[in-house]
Amino acid sequence: MSTAFPMHISRRFMKVWHRNLIVYQKTWKINFLPPLLEPLFYLVAFGVGLAALVGNIIYEGFEVSYVFFIAPALIAINIMYNAFFENTYASFVRMYYQRTFDAMMATPLNLPEVITGEIFWGATKSMIATAIMQTIISAFGLIQYPTGLLMVPLAFLGGIAFGSIGMFFTGIVATIEMFNLPIFLFVTPMFLFSGTFFPLENLPIWAQKLATILPLTHLVKLTRAFSFGIIEAGLLWSIGYLLLFCLVFFPLAIYKMERRLIK
Amino acid sequence: MPYIVEAKGLNKTFGDLVAVDGISFHILPGECFGILGPNGAGKTTTIRIIYGFSPMTGGSLKVFGLDASRQWRTIKSRIGVCQQENNLDPDLTVQQNLEVFARYFDIPRKEARQRTKRLLAFIALQHRKDAKVIELSGGMMRRLVLARALINDPELLILDEPTTGLDPQSRHQVWERLEELRSKGLSILLTTHYMDEASRLCDRLVIVDHGQILVEGRPMDLIRQHVGHDVIEVAEPSKELQDFVNAQRMEHEDLGHRLVIYDREGEKMFRTISNEYCNEGCILRMATLEDVFLKLTGRGLRE
Repeated sequence: MSTAFPMHISRRFMKVWHRNLIVYQKTWKINFLPPLLEPLFYLVAFGVGLAALVGNIIYEGFEVSYVFFIAPALIAINIMYNAFFENTYASFVRMYYQRTFDAMMATPLNLPEVITGEIFWGATKSMIATAIMQTIISAFGLIQYPTGLLMVPLAFLGGIAFGSIGMFFTGIVATIEMFNLPIFLFVTPMFLFSGTFFPLENLPIWAQKLATILPLTHLVKLTRAFSFGIIEAGLLWSIGYLLLFCLVFFPLAIYKMERRLIK
Repeated sequence: MPYIVEAKGLNKTFGDLVAVDGISFHILPGECFGILGPNGAGKTTTIRIIYGFSPMTGGSLKVFGLDASRQWRTIKSRIGVCQQENNLDPDLTVQQNLEVFARYFDIPRKEARQRTKRLLAFIALQHRKDAKVIELSGGMMRRLVLARALINDPELLILDEPTTGLDPQSRHQVWERLEELRSKGLSILLTTHYMDEASRLCDRLVIVDHGQILVEGRPMDLIRQHVGHDVIEVAEPSKELQDFVNAQRMEHEDLGHRLVIYDREGEKMFRTISNEYCNEGCILRMATLEDVFLKLTGRGLRE
């Protein structure tokens, strides 16, 4: 890039965020369904079906029921899914098929603002989904309060982290089908191996170490702590890791999108 | 009078490809200025630089007297752009397309609502304000793109091939709107490869090819200068006619099965030719911008 093209991000990015909110509101009833129903499906399948086989689980010295164990993980997974899918498939459609970003760039907005608005929107979706899921799960008495309320701001942080990496992939994939690759190699392993459905301690030591690289591991650790009501200093490491993840992938996502779109 | 756009030695390269190769021009206030050229000539790249989409590789550009590489945000807030592709927002209704776009320009909600109403009337789409974009016809979409470009009350309207792909009725609709805007004193920058469009709308134009300006001037002046008043076209010209044209040193183009003669002597020459060298398939017509265009950019396909 030759001339001074602006990396400056002003508050105008909220206009892009707001555009997505308007579209979301049009079909809010449908948008509310997955976070409403999904926890029910999981809780019935795992809590009633699988829990009979699993019994109770020892987590950090506490014995907890299996449903209690997985409920916060379901929230963490949804935080990841909402932001990641919003900033991959949905953003790609807006960028590539609908040319929405091109139109926005003929206004006082610049590309970093468009991308920031998109990522903040993805994080907002994570937050909305978390609030809905949390309400449902709380009805079963599976979340402790007031610490459970911390999951909403946490959803935003996690949303920025997973949205940024999603947007990074949007910046580099050639076609929309290629998102299968990061989903298969990155999202699915995280879904399974981040201490979601069984304690990490069940894995061999090397695998446990590997799992600490995965951002979902930290997100699950945090949702679980907030949901169990166990707040300790060690959680700061997990928050720090998610922040670091944002600090790396957020600018990287903008950089890749600029490389892709600014010609 | 300050120029609306002042481009000096504008340059844009993509790797080895030189898309814009030292283009200089200016646009006066209230003028409709055209950039004409075959596909790949650098038209779109040039205007993308002007509306702040593409950074230039070299040269200098001032819009409204402001430095484009530094005051891009102010410039972008004062221009309206109709991009080539229909990039209306399919997730929004007709009315929302305008209102949401207004937000990008910091237009207060109430004002945005009023402008939207006014613009929908201007493009005769009030009755479809709640329709989804995909339900509109091609011509309606184009008019909506035009209305969207006017939402910020721009001082410069940039149109990239505004009527490509439209049926004749829709094209005339768009032209009438543009003429109305021009008559109100709006400065317009237009790219097109329709010569009738350029002749009708542009006060002044440049023809570009391979990233360079070939000629610049008023449409009529360019026709007079490069082609003359009339053109004689002969289908299946005889050998005798070709010899005659050569002997008379008349400007012409030999297309094999067709001979195009740039006639500067008027009807007399046409009589001579039609009486003596051809019985039929010989016509006299007014010279057009298209003759100038083809003469300057050649007839080879650009693909």
